[in-house]
Amino acid sequence: SEVSLSAFCFLFSEMVQYYQTRVNTTQELEKKLAGAGYGVGARMLELVCFREKGSKRETRIVGILSYIKDNIWKAMFGKAADALERSTEREDEYMIHEKEPLVNTYVSVPKDFGHLNCASFVAGAVHGILDSADFGARVTAHTTQLASETRTTILVKFSPEVMERERRLG
Amino acid sequence: MAPKCITLFIVNKAGGLIYTRHFSDPKHLGVNECLRLASTFHSMHAIAGRLTPAGPVTGIESVEADTFRLQCFQTPTGIKFIMLAEPMISNLDSLLRQIYSLYSDYVLKNPFYELDMPIQCELFDVKVQDLVAAK
Repeated sequence: SEVSLSAFCFLFSEMVQYYQTRVNTTQELEKKLAGAGYGVGARMLELVCFREKGSKRETRIVGILSYIKDNIWKAMFGKAADALERSTEREDEYMIHEKEPLVNTYVSVPKDFGHLNCASFVAGAVHGILDSADFGARVTAHTTQLASETRTTILVKFSPEVMERERRLG
Repeated sequence: MAPKCITLFIVNKAGGLIYTRHFSDPKHLGVNECLRLASTFHSMHAIAGRLTPAGPVTGIESVEADTFRLQCFQTPTGIKFIMLAEPMISNLDSLLRQIYSLYSDYVLKNPFYELDMPIQCELFDVKVQDLVAAK
């Protein structure tokens, strides 16, 4: 049930190189990576729910995000995500923090690529999971600084329908 | 005081220098000199291989002098890891093998690195620095 990290990183590296030949900007590259992750996420949700054998379907925002942070992250990366946070400025934005995403273990982004973060693949996976669970959202990966250390933040912005439903449920 | 490593050179299979890292003051080696040094060593390595009278060919593994020691590790793919250090240093061979391991991780698995090009990977720099500092 465990895969060699080297094998996965080589495959991921090839995927990034493949997309690099087909895009012109870093934003497009992040979009392509997110697209690749989308399919993975949708399938991961089914698989993890099936293996868990008998838990309730998550209907609340905090519920599904905690499920992603703990169960899905453990199934994909072997450990839970570092932190889950709700944005103080906007009530429809939540953030999953990860100090060192597994996919970025051996990746060094050159200076002229700006703020490219290959964890966009992970953001795409989260997007796939949320879409499958019927929580429409826009998910992006960002590199942020926290007290002289860089970490990756996955920003989740839920759609107005989801916020409306959340309000109705109390 | 434990003997220190002075410089690390990585040479690709064509003889071009792809990585230089000085661990102490490099007063006497400019960039062009390093390039010349690397290609000269590459040629000497090949000549030494031809001169060997018998047995498997390994090329120059170590050069020892009064003021320095130079150790070279050649990988099966033709990449040479050359370490210049003070004379009394030990275990340079295992250090070079560990650097090879770091190379295969942080350089070869980096999607933004092209083979045989100069190495500009931040993570590789950091890891090599840590490894040599810990020695």
